[in-house]
Amino acid sequence: MLLASVGNVVVWAVWLGAAFACLASGVAVVSFSNPFFSALALIGNLASLAVLYLLLSAEFVAAAQVLVYAGAVMVMFLFVIAYVGPRSESPWAGGPSWQAFGAVVAAGALLVEIVVVIGLKAGDSLSNEAKITSSFGSPAEIGRLFLTDHLLAFEITSIVLLVAAVGGVILGAHSRRGDSEVTAV
Amino acid sequence: MIALLGPEIAWYLGVSAFLFAVGALGVLLRRNPLIVLLSLEIMLNGANLALIAFSRHHGRGDGQIFALAVMAVAASEVVVGLGLVVAMNRKRITLDVDRMNVLRG
Repeated sequence: MLLASVGNVVVWAVWLGAAFACLASGVAVVSFSNPFFSALALIGNLASLAVLYLLLSAEFVAAAQVLVYAGAVMVMFLFVIAYVGPRSESPWAGGPSWQAFGAVVAAGALLVEIVVVIGLKAGDSLSNEAKITSSFGSPAEIGRLFLTDHLLAFEITSIVLLVAAVGGVILGAHSRRGDSEVTAV
Repeated sequence: MIALLGPEIAWYLGVSAFLFAVGALGVLLRRNPLIVLLSLEIMLNGANLALIAFSRHHGRGDGQIFALAVMAVAASEVVVGLGLVVAMNRKRITLDVDRMNVLRG
């Protein structure tokens, strides 16, 4: 009993740290004026989200999050930011002021809406979580679900990735051809 | 059998709702397409957190499968979005989402 309550306190402490880091880095991504710092803040956001996934015993998703997002996607982001060049802008600059006001109002309305719907629809039933076995969230379990129950989603995901790869190649090739035409003229 | 230690699912859902709203604010507010893409990633991650929290709540793995599919879609979206940013930069268009308001190359 004592061991369980000590474990509870430790998990609460880790959760508070991860959730605070998550929210602070999310705000930082939106409010930094330099996209390079925004990308670095997003890496922190993804890492703290991986901690939250681990607390929810989703080990494989946490590992995939760190590998795919923080490893691959963010490196590509940083490459493109370095390629485009540093360009700072204030978060509130550009565009009419009613646009910024409308953006803040819309985001606030979205937050209130989500919280109210969750509170109304699921307020009482959220406190009794299901007990899980130790295989929950393990790579073996994820792989079994992917290849049995969700095979169609798995295949469609591969097609989506293929289409995105072809689209990326076409976008790059098209703009290069446009440049050579301009120099020929 | 393992019970959930620490905060209840509702706390995770609160964090996910806040992340989604912050991401939406960034998408609506910022002009730089790179930061708009980064804010989109925050929105997708907020949705992912809700999916994984509900997956743990029900004790079923289906939500995690959906979260992995969302990750693949996010990676595809980043490829196409960054391709557009690089194409804009090559054509010497200012990196401002309001400048790209016609669908021709």
